[in-house]
Formats: sequence, C-alpha cells, structure tokens
Amino acid sequence: MAEQTIPQTPNLRAVAIGVSSGGVRALKILLGALPEDFPLPVLVVQHISPEAGNGMARLLDNYCAIRVKEADEQDEVRPATVYLAPPNYHLLVEREGRLALSADPPVSFARPSVDVLFESAAEVFGAGLVGIVLTGANFDGAAGVRAIKAHGGLVIVQDPADAETPQMPAAALAAVKADHVLALAAMPALLRRLAAATAPRAEAADA
Amino acid sequence: MTPVEVEDVEIRLLLEGVQQVYGYDFRDYAAASIKRRLTQWLAESGFDTFSQAQSRLLRDPELFFSLLQGITVNVTEMFRDPSFFKALREQVVPFLKTYPFVKIWHAGCASGEEAYSMAILLNEEGMAGRYRMYATDIDEAVLQKAAAGVMPMAEMQKYTRNYQKAGGKASFADYYTARYDRAILSADLKQSIVFAPHNLAADAEFGEMNMVLCRNVMIYFKPALKERCLDLFDNSLLSGGFLCLGLKETLEKRKMSARYDELVAGTRIYRKRYG
Repeated sequence: MAEQTIPQTPNLRAVAIGVSSGGVRALKILLGALPEDFPLPVLVVQHISPEAGNGMARLLDNYCAIRVKEADEQDEVRPATVYLAPPNYHLLVEREGRLALSADPPVSFARPSVDVLFESAAEVFGAGLVGIVLTGANFDGAAGVRAIKAHGGLVIVQDPADAETPQMPAAALAAVKADHVLALAAMPALLRRLAAATAPRAEAADA
Repeated sequence: MTPVEVEDVEIRLLLEGVQQVYGYDFRDYAAASIKRRLTQWLAESGFDTFSQAQSRLLRDPELFFSLLQGITVNVTEMFRDPSFFKALREQVVPFLKTYPFVKIWHAGCASGEEAYSMAILLNEEGMAGRYRMYATDIDEAVLQKAAAGVMPMAEMQKYTRNYQKAGGKASFADYYTARYDRAILSADLKQSIVFAPHNLAADAEFGEMNMVLCRNVMIYFKPALKERCLDLFDNSLLSGGFLCLGLKETLEKRKMSARYDELVAGTRIYRKRYG
C-alpha cells in the first residue's frame, strides 16, 4: 500500500524540522507520535530564547518514545534519534554525517536558524532529505525549503490554516511547491509511511 | 560528480591556494560553516564560481582581505552567556584574587567584546592593576577594531541586560560614553589588555597563564586542529589555572580531561589539577 501512495520514494536519509512560535506544542504532537525505532535521524531547529538552557531537549525526551537530545558538535547523525539545535547556536551537518554548531550571526533574525539547518542538510542528504516547516511567525525556512527542493529533497509544510501561527508555513509555501501540505495531526502517519517505504532499501544500500 | 561535490573541490583548491599565497591556513576549518561563509562572500563578490574567483583572489591582496573578513568573522557580544560570566565572578575570581598578579589569555577575541567584559568584571571585583589580559586573534583588522573599543550604540541595551544578569555591580552606562550611534568604552578598561595577532593553527603557546578563555572558536575547527588548540591551552596553563570554553564545548573524551575538573557542571569552566 505504501508503494501505491508514495511512488518512487528515494532512499530517505534524514528528516529536518523547522518551527517557531507554537513550537513546543507542535513538536510534542509530531515527535510524540514517532516510534522509538523510527528509522531516520530527525534534526530540529526551534526558535528559542538564547538563554533557554537544555530544558527543551529533556522535556521532549521525557515525553516522546523516540530519543531526543540537544545536538552536540561532532555528534554522529544516527537513526531513531532527534537532535535539537541548542539555544544561541546554528545547527549544521557536515559531509561525513556529523553535526556542527556555529555562533555565526543570526540568519533570518534567528539563531538557531531553520534556513541554516535546511541548506546544510540539503547539501549533505540531497534527495534523501525530508524538510518540514511547522507553525511560526516569520519567514525563516523559506530559503531553506528552496535549497531542499534544489537538491531533490522532499518538502512537507503544515497547512497554514492548521498552524498556531501561519506566517512561517505560508512563507515556505510561497517559496516552493511543497510535496505535501497537511495538518500537524496527519504528519506522523505520513512520516512513518515515508520511512517504511524507504527503510528496506536503505538497509540494502548499507549492506 | 554532483554540483555540490564539484563546489567542495573548488573550495578545497581555493583554501590550498590561499594557504600557499597568503599563509592563512583554513584547511583545518570544519567544512559546513566555512562553506556557508564562503558562499555568502561569493554571492556578494559578483563571481559565479569559486574557480572564477580564485584567479583574482590569488593575485589581488585587497580582494583576498575582503574574503578574509568574511571567513574569520566571529560575532560575539558583551557578557555573552551571562550565566557563564556570573560563574566566573562567583566561582573563579575568588581563586584569582589569591594571586598578587594574574595573566589571562583570551584566544580568538574577535572585536574584543568578551575581553572588555572580563576587564569590567575583574575591575569590579577589586583586581584592577593586578592582571594582564592577552587578547589574540588571527585577523589583524578585527584586532584594530578591538583595540579601539568602540561598539555600536544599538547593542548597548542588550549588553546592559547581559551585564545585569551576569551579576554586574555598577551601572553599565558608567563604562561607555555615547557618541551618536557609537558607544566608546572607557579607557580604564583598556589599560590591562594587550591585543596581539596569534594564529591558533600555526603559532606557539603563551606561557604561564592563570586563565585561558577560548569560547566558540574551536567549534569551527576540524578535530585535529581542535586537539592542537587544546594542547596549546594546556601547555599555557599553570596548575590551578582555569580553562573557559563555550557552553557547547567540552573536554569530555579529550586526552587532557584527566588533568581537569569542571568547576560547576555545565559552565565549561575547567580547573587544571596540581601535580
């Protein structure tokens, strides 16, 4: 059935999520519905106060079945793990699939910035990247989804009508033709289907 | 090869050329961040590709210096991470005060925001005249800016907030004079700071330091260069000295970690053991 609904799924390698205001609630719904053994790594940029500490990672880790941790530099990107960008640092991906942090100036008024994560992840994972833009009050992520599409990746955007704050998803939709536009509540099922369609092939490629 | 891979090759070639022609070595910088900075420079430069820019870059020092500014930009703020400066004030300064005179190396000081923050803190804690701070950076242009001690007025509100959260004891406005859109830092703050060029990838250690600060600099380096820096810092520090890293930098899993204890968990302030 998965093959019918999602034809020619490329080998997915990672999911990247960008979210701003309304993020805690949205991440609880989305990440909370992912299984402990979700076969892809999940990279998350949430706009957050520079002095927020690492409380968000702990809160989500307690709440979700899938493991959630704050990203550390040099972390190897592994499946079944959610990496949350630390407050006041950009999160990037290196070629060899390790995470990097940067204290470069804010991009799109944000640090961490969704654009920075999406652009670097798009270069590394190419067509194997799924980018998701959720609720938010600005336009961060719009340049990022353009990069994801340019590298052949998949873009999923929360239906602005469903978003607590619609600007960020609307900006993403204005930037590219998204592959899926849907309500937050429908996203976990889509992600599981995408992951299931890709998992066996990913294993075959590794063997 | 994909276009991304071709561009990676171009960047490697360019950095190789830059090293050979100008002596600045960025080959050990972590790729993702440096690529982002280079790409931004390229977009503003008017060249289509790095290969196209390279021919001019290797022959035109002025153009190269514009690239250098783009690569080495290290944005910081006064009292960045107030909790760190608070820990410094409360946990570290009491130790420093037991010495008649202390020497501090601030590696990668950029435009001096954190060096001046340290000076404010030490002066407030009664250490004026009892310390010397060597604030170094690879970029000489940024050091000139640091030595001038002029900050954008627009940042002062944020710096004042940071200062207060960091346990500041005076009125932050006493430390600068406003002139149009700029804040000129008070001359007393500069007295004990020596700004000097230093390249972490090539130069030697500074001896006999009581404290080394290097925050959010090594996150841009590949593991081998990071290891080199940590060795430099280790060799520079006296026993009982303090090593201060960025909040997302840790000595965990490092060879030298056996000789250091984190003063308060999570502050990334490490103290070198005696013996």
